[in-house]
Amino acid sequence: MVADSKIREAADPARREPSNGGEAAPDGGAHASSNLPAASSKRRADAVFAGVSKGAGIVIIILLGAVTFFLVSQSYPAFLASNEAIQSGVGFTRGMNFWQFAAAALFGTVLSAVIALVVATPFAIGIALFISHYAPRRFASGLGYVIDLLAAIPSVVFGLWGMYTLEPVIRPIFSWISGVLTPLLEWWVQHVPGMGWMAENVSWWPLTPELVQFVPPARNILMGGLVLAIMILPIITSLCREVFIQTPRLQEEAALGLGATRWEMIRMTVLPIGRSGIVSAAMLGLGRALGETMALLMVLSAGLKVNFFLMSPGQHSTIASQIALNWPEAQAGLERQFLIGLGLLLFILTFLVNFAARRIVARYAEFSGANA
Amino acid sequence: MSQFSSDVDVDATPDVGETSGGVFDRGARHLPGWAPWVVALLSAVVVVALFKVLVEDASTVAMVALTFVVYVLAMFFLARWYEGGRTSSDRMATTLISGSFLLAVVPLVSLLLSVLMRGMEVMAPSFFTHTTEGMTLPGSMPGAGHAIMGTLQVTASTALISIPLGIFTAIYLVEYRGGWLSRVITFLVDIMTGIPSIVAGLFAAAMLPVLVGDPGYRSGFMGSLALVVLMTPIVIRNTEEMLRLVSNELREAAYALGVTKSRTIVKVVLRTALPGIVSGCVIAVARIIGESAPLLITAGSTDYYNFSLFNDRVMTLPVFVYNQYVAGNFPLAWAGALVLVLIVLILNLVARIIAKVFAPAGHS
Repeated sequence: MVADSKIREAADPARREPSNGGEAAPDGGAHASSNLPAASSKRRADAVFAGVSKGAGIVIIILLGAVTFFLVSQSYPAFLASNEAIQSGVGFTRGMNFWQFAAAALFGTVLSAVIALVVATPFAIGIALFISHYAPRRFASGLGYVIDLLAAIPSVVFGLWGMYTLEPVIRPIFSWISGVLTPLLEWWVQHVPGMGWMAENVSWWPLTPELVQFVPPARNILMGGLVLAIMILPIITSLCREVFIQTPRLQEEAALGLGATRWEMIRMTVLPIGRSGIVSAAMLGLGRALGETMALLMVLSAGLKVNFFLMSPGQHSTIASQIALNWPEAQAGLERQFLIGLGLLLFILTFLVNFAARRIVARYAEFSGANA
Repeated sequence: MSQFSSDVDVDATPDVGETSGGVFDRGARHLPGWAPWVVALLSAVVVVALFKVLVEDASTVAMVALTFVVYVLAMFFLARWYEGGRTSSDRMATTLISGSFLLAVVPLVSLLLSVLMRGMEVMAPSFFTHTTEGMTLPGSMPGAGHAIMGTLQVTASTALISIPLGIFTAIYLVEYRGGWLSRVITFLVDIMTGIPSIVAGLFAAAMLPVLVGDPGYRSGFMGSLALVVLMTPIVIRNTEEMLRLVSNELREAAYALGVTKSRTIVKVVLRTALPGIVSGCVIAVARIIGESAPLLITAGSTDYYNFSLFNDRVMTLPVFVYNQYVAGNFPLAWAGALVLVLIVLILNLVARIIAKVFAPAGHS
C-alpha cells in the first residue's frame, strides 16, 4: 500500500498534477533538499502518512464489503428454504412463508413512510421558506438550529413522547375525522356502482368505511406515520433550506423589482429553481423514514395485514420493527436467517431510494448555475 | 441560468395579467397594520363562543386549530375584497409559512417539557448509581447506573474506532484524491450514510457470532461495531467538508516553504480545520448515543453493571428507556429519557461552542 503510493508519486507526478486542482506538488520541496540527512526520514513520514490515509479508505471498503457479505451469507438459506421449513421452523411467521411475510412487512414499511412523507414535505417546505426568505436574517441561523434540535432527539424518546403526550391529543382528532368521513365513504360504497362489490371482494381496496374506522387507542399506522413525519421533518427542512438559499439573488430582485409580491417572487424564482432539490430532499427523507425502527416499534400495535385500515390497531407492521421485535427471542439458525433476510431487503430498498435521490441531486448540480 | 430565466418569464406573464390595472396597481389600498390582530382576536372569540355553545368538553387543541383556520379564511377574504387578489394570496402565504414553522416548534417544546416534567418526578441521586437488579422487591430504588455506564463504554469505544478511521479517510479523499479509488470510497460512503440503523445492528449480530464461533455471543463490542458503521460516514462527510473549506493558498504557502505534504496536512490543514472537525465529531457522538435499534439486537440488556466490553451483554440508556417502556415502568422510562436528552443537548451545545470559540480568525 505504502510502496504503491510512493511509486505513484515518484513515477507520475505529471498525471497527478491536473487531478490535484490548484494544489502545488508537495514533492518538489522534498526533492530539492534530498541531499540533507533529514530528508529521507521526511520522505518516509510522508509515505507512511499517505499509506495510513489510504489504508483508512480501504478499511471503509472492507467494512461495507463485510456488511454485504455477512448479510447475504447469513440470510440466503431463508431465501432458499421451502415454505414448510419456514412455517415449521420460524415461530413468529404464524403460518406465512418468507415472501408473504416480507411483502406484508414491506407494505407496512412503505405505507408508514409515505404517510410520513405526505405530512412532512409541505411543512418542511414551509419551514425552509420561513427560515430562508421570511425570518429576519439575524434570527435565521438560530431558527435553523431549533429545527436541527428536533433531529438530535433520540428516536426512542420520540416513541415515548408519541405514545404518552401526543396520543391523547391526537385521539379526539382521529375520532372526529372518523366521524366526518365514515358517512361519506358509506354513501360512496352504497351509491357508486361497483364500489360495494370492490369493498366486499377485494381485501386491499382502500375506499371502504374501514379506511377511516377509528378504534382507540391510536396505536395505528396513521399515528405512526405522524410521529415519523416529525422525525424526518428536520432532514427535509435542512436540505430544502440549502436549496432555497442558493436561488440566484439577481432573479429574486428582478422579480421583486417588477412588482411581484414576496409570494409571487417565491413562486417564480425560488420554487422552480429548487424543484428537483425539493424532490431529492423528500426522497432522502423517505429513505430515513423507511429505515426508522423505534417510533413505529413503540407506537404501532403490530399486525401483518395488507390493507388500508389506517386508523385501526393491529393491522400493519414494518420490517425494521419486526426485526427488533423478534430478534431477541430468535433461535440461531433459520429464525435469525429469516430476519437477516428481511434486513437485506430493507437495505436494498433504502439503497435504491437514496440512490435515486442522489442521482436527482447530481443532475441538479450539473444544470444549476447557483452553486457555481 | 438562461433556462431558469425563461422559466420565470413564462410563470410571470399570467400573474401580471390577472390584476386588472397592471403591475403598479398593487398597493393602492392597504389594510392598516392592526387589521390582522383584530381579525385574529375576532376569530378566536367566534370560535370559543361557538365551542362553548355547541360542544360540552372542548379541547384546547381543536379550538386553537379552528381559530387558525377561521383567521386564515377571514383574512384572505377581507384582503381580497379590500386589497385585491395578489396581495391577499401573499398575505395567506405569509401566514401559512410562518404558521408551519410555529407548528413545527410545538412538538419540540412539548417533547422537551414532557421529558423534563415527567423525568424529574423520579430523578434522585440513586438513579445514577443504582441498577434495576431486584427492582421488584419492596422498598428498592431502581436506577439506570448500569445503563449510563454501558452507554459510555459502547459510545467511547465506537468513537475511538470511528473518529480516526473517518478523519483519515476524509484526508485521503480530500488531500490525496487517488482517482478511481476515491470515487469508489465516496460512493460507498454515500451508501453507508443511508444504511438503516437496524441493518447495521443485524450486520454486527450476523458477523461476530460467526467469527467468535459461538451463536449466542453478545457483547458491548458488538454494539460498538454496529455503531461504527453508522458513525464513520457522518465523521467522514463532516471532516471532508471542513477540509475543503481550507483555502489552497495555505497549502501552497506551506509547500513553497519546503514543508512536506504530511507535515502540511497535520500542521496547516488539520490545524485550520480542527474546530470544525471536532465539533462535527461531537455532533456525530450525539447522534450515535441515542441509537437504540442496533443496540437492542446486539448489546442487549441486563440488570447489572458489566464493565467488560467483550464478554456478555451490556445495558445501554436507549435500550433501558425502551425496556422500561415495554415493561410499563413509565416513570423510569421518562427518567432515562431525560438523562438521554440532556446528554444529547449538552453535546450539541458543546459542539456549537467549540465551532464558535475556536474558529480560526478570519475563517468565516
